[in-house]
Amino acid sequence: MTNVRALLCNPAAIAWDAVPCRPVADLVSETAAALQTGARLCAWFGVPDGANTVLVAVLAFDAQHQVGIARSEPHRGPLPSLTAQHPQAQAFEREVFEQYGLEPLGHPWLKPLRRVTGADGGPIAFYSLGGGEVHEVAVGPVHAGIIEPGHFRFQCEGELVRNLEIALGYQHRGAEAAFLAAPPAARWPLIETLAGDTSIGHGLAYAGVQEALGGFQAPPRAQYLRAYALELERLANHTGDLGALANDVAFAPTSAVCGKVRGDFLNLTALLCGNRFGRHWLRAGGVRWDLAGDRLRDSVERLHAALADVESAARWLWASGSVRARFDVTGTLSGEIAAQLGLVGPAARASGRTTDVRADHPWGAYAEMPVAPQVDRHGDVAARAAVRRLEIHETSDFLARLLHNLPDGPLLGEPATLPADHLAVALVEGWRGQICHVGLTGRAGQWRHYKVVDPSFLNWPGLAMALRDQAISDFPLCNKSFNLSYCGHDL
Amino acid sequence: MIAWAEPVASTLLRAIAWIALAPLVPGIIHRTKAWIAGRRGPPILQLYYDLARLWRKEVVWSSVASPMHLLGPAVAWVAVLGAALLVPTDAAHAGLDLPGSAILFVYLLALARFGTAAAAMDTGSAFEGMGAAREVSYAVLSEVALVTGLLALSVHGGSASLAHMFDASGGVGSALLAGGLFVVLLAENCRVPFDDPNTHLELTMVHEVMVLDHSGPPLAVILHGASLKLAIFSVLLVKAVVPLGQHSPLVAVAVLGAAAAGVGVGVGIAESLMARLAFRRVPLLLTTAFLLNLFALLVEVEGGRLR
Repeated sequence: MTNVRALLCNPAAIAWDAVPCRPVADLVSETAAALQTGARLCAWFGVPDGANTVLVAVLAFDAQHQVGIARSEPHRGPLPSLTAQHPQAQAFEREVFEQYGLEPLGHPWLKPLRRVTGADGGPIAFYSLGGGEVHEVAVGPVHAGIIEPGHFRFQCEGELVRNLEIALGYQHRGAEAAFLAAPPAARWPLIETLAGDTSIGHGLAYAGVQEALGGFQAPPRAQYLRAYALELERLANHTGDLGALANDVAFAPTSAVCGKVRGDFLNLTALLCGNRFGRHWLRAGGVRWDLAGDRLRDSVERLHAALADVESAARWLWASGSVRARFDVTGTLSGEIAAQLGLVGPAARASGRTTDVRADHPWGAYAEMPVAPQVDRHGDVAARAAVRRLEIHETSDFLARLLHNLPDGPLLGEPATLPADHLAVALVEGWRGQICHVGLTGRAGQWRHYKVVDPSFLNWPGLAMALRDQAISDFPLCNKSFNLSYCGHDL
Repeated sequence: MIAWAEPVASTLLRAIAWIALAPLVPGIIHRTKAWIAGRRGPPILQLYYDLARLWRKEVVWSSVASPMHLLGPAVAWVAVLGAALLVPTDAAHAGLDLPGSAILFVYLLALARFGTAAAAMDTGSAFEGMGAAREVSYAVLSEVALVTGLLALSVHGGSASLAHMFDASGGVGSALLAGGLFVVLLAENCRVPFDDPNTHLELTMVHEVMVLDHSGPPLAVILHGASLKLAIFSVLLVKAVVPLGQHSPLVAVAVLGAAAAGVGVGVGIAESLMARLAFRRVPLLLTTAFLLNLFALLVEVEGGRLR
């Protein structure tokens, strides 16, 4: 059913009028048919059009390396649900319902996505179990440690979790609306803090959208340096995650070293651009500063040292029988459920899914130097840890090639003005998984709509499913193995 | 001098020593862990500072708590101190010499546990209830191991009074007892691999989660009681394994102190090198401790018959 949607390569722009337009029921059924053939739903959102709403569907056809786009005719009121057939649409449909009131008929659990109260202003109804042995544990939104707010409802039978329901939205700050209202110079800081630990990932997606709209590309050297920054972000966070996993099972050696080495990777990002999280450096059309001469040599040396450190810390982790006993067969998520939920990133690859934007929809330096998706089939905490370790290896190889082949040339091209009435999509494989940005310009070339899909948006249900029939005491460990973002989800 | 003055003075002196020195043991453990992890770590006296700080703080009472919330920690602290006074600290039987005090010792520790668990259940928090349930589930197994170990010691020493049963320690079963009692020490004091005293994750905590609603001086009492219990088990382990009977009281006390500090270092090393167990595997390790102590008991019984 790919004939009913525009097929593009990532990142790409298309005139709004050229996006295939269908009655809303057809859009739902045709999207369902495409998902049936193995496509993934990257975004499903509403664009206000007078009193009506236009639904936009963005799908990834990984095998064909293409992105499909379609939209509905302006619509108001109920519509058939996509979730009834494809659970991966569940959060998207709840979001559209919450924002525009388009009720998906047949959605199995149409509760608020980001609102803290129900539709009638009362408390949200949670799923609950009956029975003498069943007890309910409510955690958050205020936690015992300094972490982001989220609410977790466990239906337990003794120490066993029968169902976990996750209610988010406490970090909702209206980022997408703020983006549209912000003066141009204020948009970059907004984008770079959509998820504070993924500044480069979201920044790259934003740059990709603008470059696709403007019909230009960043110069080669900038493309390579961007890939270096994106991989540093991955290294820092994967290393931090391995340390945090070790810390959760009270395994001190790896925890101590990884905490330090994560800082080394962040400092390398600071050496590149002056900010440990890579802020204020990316721009549409390139990057603002170069990495050359002594700073480049210094970077290569420090990168080697940090990679050696994290490898030895990882070796301790895998050599410890007591750690393996905790990681193995804990929080198992089957590949089938991962596919149904449309999981992305390391969480999906740990359940045997090969999806990786760097390999499936490469652009920039990744189009010239392929990266292989790192996969484990077991789906448990051990697998999610193993995928991170493998990705650190793969990134290490990639960066060795990348830094050795840095092309010469300018860093920042002349940015073009945005064309009127165009839609652009950019996919980036951030360290957590696929980041999808969709930008739509209006009649005067101004931003009309901007949609962000953080990988956490798709992955949170994966955590809830992984907890089924697990010990409640293993929740923090499972949670850490996914390490999802609250603010990236809540926007 | 009046006849009763001397034992009273001696008991008071030992109570003060227990109270004053106990917070050193967690300090030694933390320092060891920090050293192995390549950190400088908190000062050895950190717990003293913490206690002083908590003592000056105001108490925040849960609006749904009953007097049990305060009574629990108080009962637990007094019970643990009572148990400490039963343990002899030098060769001169300088513990309260009661017949069968080993049994009283076990019951005092159980009373302390009851106090802490009851205070935890008092606020009706789901977390604290879970923590209390876990604490008493561990206790079911660790108490058996402890009682078996004490039985082995009393068979060996020919007395059920803690003041006398260590007289001839260092028997054949010592190696077995050392292993068994060390595991009991880790379990009773909620150390890795049974619990993680450093975690802030309320769903996995055991001991820490039970005290979430306590603050100020009551929390200080709980923390001090925990360090006291750790010190008791360290001393008990040393007394059970190291023969101190032939030395002068001063040497014996010095050796005991050094060895107890060594136990702290040992706990720090064990905590640094292994991960925490999943809850479902805890019974396995505690049963192992029980078996070690049981074999120690069998060795003593059989050894006695051969003698």
